[in-house]
Amino acid sequence: MEVYLDNNATTPLSEEVLNEMAETMRVFGNASSLHSPGVKARKTIETARHRVATVLGSEEDEIIFTSGGTESDNLAIMGYLRTTDKKHIVTSCIEHPAVLNVFRYLGNTGYDIDLIGVDEKGRVDPEEFCSVLRDDTAMISIMMANNEVGAIQPVNEIVKGVKDYSEDIAVHTDAVQAFGKMRMNCRETGVDMLSVSAHKINGPKGVGALYVRRGFKIEPVYFGGHHERGLRPGTENVQGIAGFGKASEVAVGIMAENISRWDKLKKKLSDGISGSISDIRINSHQEYAISNTLNVSFRNVEGEAVLLMLDDAGINVSTGSACTSGTGEPSHVLKAMGLDELDAKGSIRFSLGRYNTEDEIDYVIEKLDKVISRLREVSPL
Amino acid sequence: MEQYSEKVMEHFRNPRNVGKIENADGVGYVSNPMCGDIMKLYIKVENDVITDAKFRTFGCGAAIASSSMITEMIKGKSIEEALDISNDAVIEALDGLPPIKKHCSVLAEQALRKAIEDYRKK
Repeated sequence: MEVYLDNNATTPLSEEVLNEMAETMRVFGNASSLHSPGVKARKTIETARHRVATVLGSEEDEIIFTSGGTESDNLAIMGYLRTTDKKHIVTSCIEHPAVLNVFRYLGNTGYDIDLIGVDEKGRVDPEEFCSVLRDDTAMISIMMANNEVGAIQPVNEIVKGVKDYSEDIAVHTDAVQAFGKMRMNCRETGVDMLSVSAHKINGPKGVGALYVRRGFKIEPVYFGGHHERGLRPGTENVQGIAGFGKASEVAVGIMAENISRWDKLKKKLSDGISGSISDIRINSHQEYAISNTLNVSFRNVEGEAVLLMLDDAGINVSTGSACTSGTGEPSHVLKAMGLDELDAKGSIRFSLGRYNTEDEIDYVIEKLDKVISRLREVSPL
Repeated sequence: MEQYSEKVMEHFRNPRNVGKIENADGVGYVSNPMCGDIMKLYIKVENDVITDAKFRTFGCGAAIASSSMITEMIKGKSIEEALDISNDAVIEALDGLPPIKKHCSVLAEQALRKAIEDYRKK
């Protein structure tokens, strides 16, 4: 059996998206051209934009297409900071590197940065977050849902707290992992900017969007033509954008159904693991997490080893172990939640997607039990 | 990270000499403070020749494969010959390790040296 449980890393293209993109493969025109091929390309893009705007609860002219979540995050932060002299910025310590590393770079180039910690559920405290705001705070960024443990952040409360302190502080949220997994509405949350990405919602890689509230000014971070209201130059990725538009529409359309299925499957997996394997710690919270994400630590075994053995059994997951991070550092998210080195090292993230079934979960529980037992036999601990 | 060689995967999937030796002649216990890997190597020595070796490891694919490989390499060797085994020899025997996994082979070499040191003390 092949069981893909790494949907927070990326997702396969859905049939709907494949068909949509296939149809647009021959739409070759440059969308900026005034002739018929150009107009056709332009229409394709605007149809997609309409779809994305509709499901995000925004206007079409508030959606800027980018190359993905990372670019959207960079554009939001760097693009806004170009418009102000203020030098203090705040974010959480569990953000994705696409936000965290922008902040770190800024911290090394004259900005004052504050990284707010989280509790053992992986949640930021809105009061603590807002307690560091100052007269020279330019902007804050807070993710909507964390990619490693699924923790949903109190974005609405933080937005309120920040805007109550000062209307001038810009608010950005990285909603890349949350999109399609929980209800969201740009207008309702009151954020100034919001990042999303296509490849987490069965859309293509290489395309995403940044919502920029009407009236809110940012500047481009690189230069060229006047595409996307002058904020994101470059001839548009028509097929990718078309795929993204379709993916957004479908993701929100089937969201309730997905959530209901994930609740069931996640509980089955979690109960199955707790029931058959000892010395574990469930890192993802039951209530305050997106329903597709289950993060578990298996004591005395190492994550990469678990990942490889599961892969041999056709099961794909990811791990917070230092051994796979490329930096030699264990998951900064788990560390921030207070997990000790050993628990972080033995952590596995199971992230459900649109296509997982109950049979697959049964299979995973059975194989996981064997894998953990085997690795515990090998372990000196 | 670049992928593991077939040899590494083979030693990871089917590690040789997993276990412990009761009343071992030498035990080497090492841990890597950076990544947290832990290796325990047991050796049985007769007339200065390593007649048996077993290991237990907490670590990634490269760590388990390195421990498995080194136990294979030292069985039947004299203490002197075993001391000549470097981490590079382990890497070569494994048909290479990704650069960021080099430290796993170093840990295996250290475990071996510690086991021999322990044997010499006894």
